[in-house]
Amino acid sequence: MVFVPCSLAQNEENTKVEMADNMRAEGKIYVVVLVVTIVFTGLTIYAINTERRLTKLEKEMRSLKSEEDS
Amino acid sequence: MQFFSRKNWWKILGVLLIYYVLIYGFLIEVPRLSILNETIRNLFFHVALWFAMFILLIVSVVYSVKYLKNSDLNVDIIASEFATAGIVFGVMGISTGSIWARFTWGDWWVNDPKLNATTIALLIYLAYFVLRSSIEDNHQKGRISAVYNIFAFAAAVPLIFILPRLTDSLHPGSGGNPGFSAYDLDNNLRKVFYPAVVGWSLIGVWFTTMRIRIKKLKMITEEHHLN
Repeated sequence: MVFVPCSLAQNEENTKVEMADNMRAEGKIYVVVLVVTIVFTGLTIYAINTERRLTKLEKEMRSLKSEEDS
Repeated sequence: MQFFSRKNWWKILGVLLIYYVLIYGFLIEVPRLSILNETIRNLFFHVALWFAMFILLIVSVVYSVKYLKNSDLNVDIIASEFATAGIVFGVMGISTGSIWARFTWGDWWVNDPKLNATTIALLIYLAYFVLRSSIEDNHQKGRISAVYNIFAFAAAVPLIFILPRLTDSLHPGSGGNPGFSAYDLDNNLRKVFYPAVVGWSLIGVWFTTMRIRIKKLKMITEEHHLN
């Protein structure tokens, strides 16, 4: 493996490369982060909910099966 | 809530890792590279998805081997669902890669050994699902698809990881292109990239376990209809 140290010194050399520095300086990047986090929170809750329904269904199935066996 | 129980620690870990990736992935300072600019952050999503796909496919192959040893249909279900999740991640990997290529290499698709080889690998896996759906008998389906899965995995490894490295390619990690060491060895990128791989894998496993449970329920109802 070729090690290419990408240190901060190199970063300073490359200040010509255009990055979203302005967006960061204005703090607008936090708007993006907040939106993405909320979307992910929503999806996670949705997934947890789906799993809960699945667990319930499994329980019902188990009790049905034990009824049948007895 | 029932979700926050001890046996779900790995799901919670996966969710927390993805939170970390989503927040630090955008906020952390990344190396200033021309052409790539801020898109280097795609590393946490595009590349991490491919790594997660590979982990899921390894799990799938392990269960396929296990099925050939014990012919337990539950094991066959596990193998097929892990392969499904892996390919879902693979398709996301290839489509995110296409978007990234459009804005760094200039086209949605370039005729590049890495890209073409991964497409072939994905197509080989697609045939796995076609094969599965075409066999009625469950045990026969399990045996044939387990053998095919091992073959598909054995074909995918050289296609994705070895062959593209032998030729020149635009894609990092190929030919004279030194891995993604230029980015990966940057400490900041690494701090987010590795958690991203683990996080996406855990999320993949979580959804896979839910799908496995649904399949098992379905198997019970099918048995019930037969009786």
